[in-house]
Amino acid sequence: MGYMLEGSTGAWEIVVGLEIHAQVISESKLFSGASATYGGAPNAHVSFVDAGFPGMLPVINQECVAQAVRTGLGLQAQINLMSRFDRKNYFYADLPNGYQISQFAHPIVGTGVVEIELQDGTIKHIGITRLHLEQDAGKSMHDQHPTKSVIDLNRAGVALMEIVSEPDIRSPEEAGAYVRKIRQILRYLGTCDGNMEEGSMRADVNVSVRKPGEEFRTRCEIKNVNSVRFVMHAVEAEAQRQIGVWESGGEVVQETRLYDPARGETRSMRSKEDAHDYRYFPEPDLLPLVLDEAWVEALKSKLPELPDDKRRRFCEQYGITFYDAGVLVADQTTADFYETVAKGRDARLAANWVSGDFFAALNRTGSTIETSPVSAAALGELLDLIGDKTINGRIAKDVFEIMVETGKMPAAIVEEKGLRQVTDTGAIEAAVAAVLAANPDKVAEYKSGKDKLFGFFVGQVMKATQGKGNPALVNEIVRAHLG
Amino acid sequence: MSLTDLTIAQAGAKLAAKQISAVELTAAHNAAVAALNPRLNAFITTTPELALEQAKAADAMIAAGKAGPLTGIPLAIKDLFCTEGVRTTAASKILEPFIPPYESTVTAQLKAAGAVCLGKANLDEFAMGSSNITSGYGPVENPWKRYGSDAKLVPGGSSGGSAAAVAARMALGATGTDTGGSIRQPASFTGLAGIKPTYGRCSRYGIIAFASSLDQAGPMARTVEDCAIMLGAMSGFDARDSTSAERLVPDFRAATARSVKGLRIGIPAEYRVDGMSAEIAALWEKGVAWLREQGAEIVDISLPHTKYGLPVYYIVAPAEASSNLARYDGVRFGKRVDGEDLIDMYERTRAAGFGAEVKRRIMIGTYVLSHGYYDAYYLKAQKIRALMLRDFTLAFDKVDAILTPTAPSAAFGIGEKMDDPVTMYLNDVFTVPASLAGVPAMSVPAGLSAEGLPLGLQVIGKHFDEETVLTVSAAIERAVNFTAKPTLMAGAN
Repeated sequence: MGYMLEGSTGAWEIVVGLEIHAQVISESKLFSGASATYGGAPNAHVSFVDAGFPGMLPVINQECVAQAVRTGLGLQAQINLMSRFDRKNYFYADLPNGYQISQFAHPIVGTGVVEIELQDGTIKHIGITRLHLEQDAGKSMHDQHPTKSVIDLNRAGVALMEIVSEPDIRSPEEAGAYVRKIRQILRYLGTCDGNMEEGSMRADVNVSVRKPGEEFRTRCEIKNVNSVRFVMHAVEAEAQRQIGVWESGGEVVQETRLYDPARGETRSMRSKEDAHDYRYFPEPDLLPLVLDEAWVEALKSKLPELPDDKRRRFCEQYGITFYDAGVLVADQTTADFYETVAKGRDARLAANWVSGDFFAALNRTGSTIETSPVSAAALGELLDLIGDKTINGRIAKDVFEIMVETGKMPAAIVEEKGLRQVTDTGAIEAAVAAVLAANPDKVAEYKSGKDKLFGFFVGQVMKATQGKGNPALVNEIVRAHLG
Repeated sequence: MSLTDLTIAQAGAKLAAKQISAVELTAAHNAAVAALNPRLNAFITTTPELALEQAKAADAMIAAGKAGPLTGIPLAIKDLFCTEGVRTTAASKILEPFIPPYESTVTAQLKAAGAVCLGKANLDEFAMGSSNITSGYGPVENPWKRYGSDAKLVPGGSSGGSAAAVAARMALGATGTDTGGSIRQPASFTGLAGIKPTYGRCSRYGIIAFASSLDQAGPMARTVEDCAIMLGAMSGFDARDSTSAERLVPDFRAATARSVKGLRIGIPAEYRVDGMSAEIAALWEKGVAWLREQGAEIVDISLPHTKYGLPVYYIVAPAEASSNLARYDGVRFGKRVDGEDLIDMYERTRAAGFGAEVKRRIMIGTYVLSHGYYDAYYLKAQKIRALMLRDFTLAFDKVDAILTPTAPSAAFGIGEKMDDPVTMYLNDVFTVPASLAGVPAMSVPAGLSAEGLPLGLQVIGKHFDEETVLTVSAAIERAVNFTAKPTLMAGAN
């Protein structure tokens, strides 16, 4: 039995489906030549088309279409070679035309699937219903003037992809994992930057609850949730609310709700009766969007390796664990960094270093791979020094810390600080002899059966060689001397 | 001959031969506009200074040997075409203060060809009407009169200002737009030739939208050849209009000189509607005879879904209009009437800015797209529209062009047919099928009614075969030898 919420009348199952709005990375807007870049002075990126001036007509931006197709391919989804745009009609001050151009009846991308992984390692498949292209609205601001609202149309007309999931999600954790996975895929593809805090990715969360084995009950839609954490909280809070309604003899009504992160609860925005009648109809200013199969194939052939494939390859190619591979493919940059380090080296050791000391150093210094003082080449060199026994693992940790602090290359540090591993048997012999001579009582104790003192002798010898003694060699010689 | 009574072809020849200058020609037309427009109200905005400036530039083009057939030709521009720096209203109060910062593709092409803009012609508000009575700037008066009557007649619509301007010799030609007959019906009412080309032939960029899937620009002029000259300059692919066609523009003018010998002309049985006047039926018969005499073969055909044309049109066009007109909300341009809040501002702005017919069509359009009614109205209409297109496709397997009357009557009086909008909608019965199918269609003057008013015949052609339409229309024109002139015209008194 999966995740359940316990109510006064027994266990309840949560049913969740998500609509993710992802802003397409493109130079210009979906239907105009105006810049689609984030930021800029208010209304600096607005063409007459975006502002809905009389006689202006939309012209579809091919790059936005390509981005949607790439995303569809990344979601292992069906690409519809014929799709169509529709008008979704409603009045709002930041919707210049009085309609949004969207795809209602014939989306560009059909059914697909994504794989999510849960904490316990379980893999689950979440169905994708569809992906369609639509234009964003502008931004209304109501706090800039005592009696007026002001409108910024920079975002108006920017391309969005709406990715709709099947109601396959059954827990807050699954909802969070799904959003993260979609974001990961979009970032790999370079089709959306996935920055939820900037609003370039946001989710509408559809939640209902049911007793196990029942048909679906009425759902509510929680609009515009803007972080993974809030998605998870909103699912939980809304499910608890609905259970409360059902168990107190009430009935959940279909409505649009908002999640209030401060209070950790959802509240009603508008009921079904107040819902807009969007009067969808085919956009007469645009011809149906017909894609050439060869063009789609060309996009497919240039698709980057996606996280799931990369993860499986890492396991096979580098012999690392599925878990480690998952950590390393979290984003493209990390995966590339790891591969650069691992190439031609001990790949498992590389995985340990990258996901261990290296990530810890990034966290500690608040840097990213791009700004990291330690490059992949530098970390690779460090591994080479370990591999050819120039330094031992213990010294490597020290060298790494110096690399983090100074940004210097490890070989240079080793030379500068004289940290080369001592593999000269004579030098070690001398050190061992000196340690044993200085500790006759301990030697006696050892010989009378106190085996544990072996580590003491090794430690003393390492100390005497400033840590540079080859550990295997030191062990061997200490053992020989204690005979 | 008076400068204002020339055809575009004649004026072009005189300009090219330097017998007249563009400035002279324009000045004569400016004077005609000044004299007649106060009475006829054919222009909402006149631009005499701009016209003279453009005429000077045209004379320079002519002197430099860079002139084309439209260089220096004074035209009226329907006030639905956005003209950079010149107020553009769509005959609606809601756009009263609107000066577009851009130029429509069609007018830009005319400008580039050296044409002169005399002003912005009146029309039914947002092109919604068949009488020019719905204009927010007052009705246009038809320069034609019934014998022995001074009753004010409508010029037809929606391109009524364009029609009146050209008929009254205030302009040599005019741009119109046609959504369900808005070029052809007023051409018929005012004794002009006017062609609605194939949907996609002229760019819609910068033309204020009424019904996007039907709107098409076209010329109105006193001869078929003049229309051909203008159409050549107005046509062509435009990347800014996704529905414009990537087609080469043929030599339309050459088509007007071809013979109809051997062409097969279809006569659709379904256009013999109940209650068709004997006069219109007789005119149609004459048209058949003229074409037969010139060697065309007459073929009886059937367009079985014709009777659904009007209901389909009055669902599809208002549906698109209800959405197209949502942008007139007082937020970014045009008229704004302040209110308590956003919704109140919308309501006050649109209540004050739109006239009754526009409101009626927004209501109809909103209704037919509403949840629960969409399938019964809009979707069904689209299905029938597809069947109507198929009617034409099948018919054009058998014939090269189709001949019908343009309108069920001659021009009617201002104030007549006003009590019931449906009666008014019946004006479009012969013109909407070609609009719904997107095929080219032209009205050509074919005679006068018993009361002395012009009547037109309509020639419908295959997609992108405007040439045959022009050939057949020119053949009718030659046979008719239409020399009648309106009562009110420049130089008449």
